[in-house]
Amino acid sequence: MPYSNNSVGIFQIAASAMTAQSQRMNTTASNLANADSVSGPDGQPYRAKQVVFEMAPANGQAIGGVRVARVVEDPSPLRMQHDPKNPLANADGYVAMPNVNVVEEMVNMISASRSYQANVEVLNTAKTMLLKTLTIGQ
Amino acid sequence: MIDKLDSALRFHQEALNLRARRQEVLSANIAHADTPNYKARDFEFSSALSQAVERGRQSASTSMATTSSRHITGESQGGGEADLLYRMPSQSSLDGNTVEMDAERVSFADNAMRYEANMTVLTAKIKSLLSAVQS
Repeated sequence: MPYSNNSVGIFQIAASAMTAQSQRMNTTASNLANADSVSGPDGQPYRAKQVVFEMAPANGQAIGGVRVARVVEDPSPLRMQHDPKNPLANADGYVAMPNVNVVEEMVNMISASRSYQANVEVLNTAKTMLLKTLTIGQ
Repeated sequence: MIDKLDSALRFHQEALNLRARRQEVLSANIAHADTPNYKARDFEFSSALSQAVERGRQSASTSMATTSSRHITGESQGGGEADLLYRMPSQSSLDGNTVEMDAERVSFADNAMRYEANMTVLTAKIKSLLSAVQS
């Protein structure tokens, strides 16, 4: 039965994957929104962030759901843009811009949305199976 | 009498149970399509089914031998579980993930269909038993 209580259950697995993928989508949205944020609350330019997924097995189970282990900052160097009129420009006239790669973020967003859709489909299939199971013998 | 009914339906029960378990394993694979270093799991259905039918799930649970009344009786429940194997990827990915989404989706749909087919057969069997009882 897909809804047995001694196993992890399809519903919980798919739900955890959907939560993780939507968090990834949130991170992408933050990166895209801040692609030009020269200064953050600490006065430093925004750095791109990525989520790291890991497996969260229930006790004694070989399979399990997904969870976000941590959110890491992209360590790649900031983009230097020549703009002497900008008040934040350094002595050479360069402004440190966020290291967000917009193309990469778009690809990331599409990937996250496709994975989310796959899990929604899993959930729907499991629901159909469960409803059909209730009609055994009728 | 009840025993006969049970033996008539037991095969289908085991098959449905294993199909549901496989569905769970495949859904975990799909959920972990983006998890680094995740290895896709699956089990061989036919051998797991023949094993389950042969030995039954009740006898599969083992308990520890006790030689004193003060010993703790330990019992393992996971004995009847199908052995999970690792899938061999046809194209390996750089992050160590071995989930191949297309193959997993196909297996998932296939397994769901077989589950429903199994249920249809089981319903027909119950109906025929019922008609034997009632007429």
